[in-house]
Amino acid sequence: MTSREKILRAVAQNQPALLPLPEVPPFQQDTSELSGRFTEVAVAIGARVFRVMDYGEVAQVLRQNFLPSHRIISAIPELAGFAEATPLQDAHRHQLATVDLAVAAAHFGVAENGAVWLTEEQMGVRVLPFITQHLAVVLPVKQILPLMPDAYARIGQAAYGYGVFMAGPSKTADIEQSLVLGAHGPRTMTVFLID
Amino acid sequence: MMGAGKTRDHSALADVFNQDEPRVNWHDETLWFIRQKRDKAAFAIPDWELLRETASQIKAHTLSHLSQYLQEFEKNAQANGITVHWAADAQEHNEIVFSILQKHGVDRMVKSKSMLTEECHLNDYLARHGIEVIDSDLGERIVQLAQEPPSHIVLPCIHKKKEEIGEIFHEHLGTEAGMSDPQVLTETARQHLRETFLTRRAALTGVNFAVAETGEFVVCTNEGNADMGAHLADVHIASMGIEKLIPRREHLGVFLRLLTRSATGQPITTYSSHFRKPRPGHEMHVVLVDNGRSVQLGREDFRNSLKCIRCGACMNTCPVYRRSGGHSYKSAVAGPIGSILAPNLDMKKHADLPFASTLCGSCTNVCPVKIDIHDQLYKWRQVVVQEGHVDAKKAAGMKAMAAVLSSPATFKLAGKAGRLFMRRVPLLVNNSFNPWYKQREMPQPPNESFREWYRKNRKQHDQ
Repeated sequence: MTSREKILRAVAQNQPALLPLPEVPPFQQDTSELSGRFTEVAVAIGARVFRVMDYGEVAQVLRQNFLPSHRIISAIPELAGFAEATPLQDAHRHQLATVDLAVAAAHFGVAENGAVWLTEEQMGVRVLPFITQHLAVVLPVKQILPLMPDAYARIGQAAYGYGVFMAGPSKTADIEQSLVLGAHGPRTMTVFLID
Repeated sequence: MMGAGKTRDHSALADVFNQDEPRVNWHDETLWFIRQKRDKAAFAIPDWELLRETASQIKAHTLSHLSQYLQEFEKNAQANGITVHWAADAQEHNEIVFSILQKHGVDRMVKSKSMLTEECHLNDYLARHGIEVIDSDLGERIVQLAQEPPSHIVLPCIHKKKEEIGEIFHEHLGTEAGMSDPQVLTETARQHLRETFLTRRAALTGVNFAVAETGEFVVCTNEGNADMGAHLADVHIASMGIEKLIPRREHLGVFLRLLTRSATGQPITTYSSHFRKPRPGHEMHVVLVDNGRSVQLGREDFRNSLKCIRCGACMNTCPVYRRSGGHSYKSAVAGPIGSILAPNLDMKKHADLPFASTLCGSCTNVCPVKIDIHDQLYKWRQVVVQEGHVDAKKAAGMKAMAAVLSSPATFKLAGKAGRLFMRRVPLLVNNSFNPWYKQREMPQPPNESFREWYRKNRKQHDQ
């Protein structure tokens, strides 16, 4: 008997009589001021949030923080003039270790926890938003949902290969509970709420 | 410390931990601070209790349908291009991981947090087979360099002071002597581990949730270390206990709301990564591990322990854990939840753990999936005693107590004798051989028992 058969047989034998699967109930939520609440939580977990009118303003804010000598990568067509032109390849992912700034579009944000949802097509290469020193995300202000159950209702049966909720910059408090931003991933995360 | 601990039980090791009182106080306060952050986060959700109840019921249903969900997960994961392995026990898990590494000619691996690999002693096994493993979670890297196991499932080096970590970094990572600034130490680890991530062809991660419906699995970190390892490597191995399954993707919307609020008081971890398919041309493996879980599933009184989502809230709130430290449990998972999981794996070895509790019930109150932890601790005590796994002294004491409590005449006599001796010869109980006396003053014995008082006053009342 294989281990698979052995485990499945033992589990089938020992699992109790079938219990009902509850419906996920509608949880209490406040649908007003979504962008305000998203901003408040995102800032509390270490992100910077800018409300902008258009991509020109995004580029303007980023230019104040990054020099032409910095390595900047973005898959957003409107920011093409601002970023490296070479298309990304998974085979060359280790070379992304020198990236200073990555800019990506997010599908949506979640007001209750300040997270944004990204899938791999928005990243180009999966490791990019992690290996970059700084991360910027562009989020349409209308795409902010109240709660996580709303987020999964939006994701539905999407067939992504990889997707991630990102909430603020990489962080750790493993040394005496002192919060340090920039553990292994980006040291800063900037969210542009675009109209 | 752990080597010596093998033969000593929880209370003996807690005694060692308690010798340094300021440190115990610091440990206690740090964990209580995290418990308070958890409260603040939980109270901010108006229907927190509904959320807990829903999560608990989803897990209860999943456990009642687990064999079907395991097969559904396997089928969907395989359709996504993930290779699924089945390991009956720790040994088989370790062999599977080793065989995958061997197939790719890999002798260095980077690993993010996985308590299951601690349970299986994977690092030791791989080291014996010539594979170097580097733990990439900062806290785990620190205890790995210190050659200690993690003392907490979420906060692996919560028992260490920054000065001690500074010394470890000075010795192993070349920071200047006396440097203990968390900012500087974290930056040093970032540089050291970045080099590791960039040079390892295989990465192992744990699994927080696996979704039967979609064949995907979710890994939660704050540091981004699981993603750095997995996305840079050619081979990603994910190890998971079979109880990590949930039926549908939408259920993540329940569990991800609970997990980090309960763990650290954050609204969500920085990264909640959903792995559904390997990158084209690369491999993704999932190892489904039983290692006693199917046995626990059959124990009606203890089955609910398999609902655990490993948030650590029960540890942060436990007065015994906070004042005895994680290492005193000698188990990969310490604290209240560890004390109901470990006896299932080895009842004799872990017979002391169900007694490492005051049964105050705080663990049960904070558990995000409503596991009846303190009831299970109480029930394990009875099983452990019945199976003869407690030391002779404790067994004799319990037997004597049972005899006294079961006969009113003996109880009366024993009470009288106790009061008499405590008044006349207090040294008989106020001595260091009496463990109750260790941290307490013995009470002043009353002149009469309640029974005597009642009889007298009842008579007066009746007249």
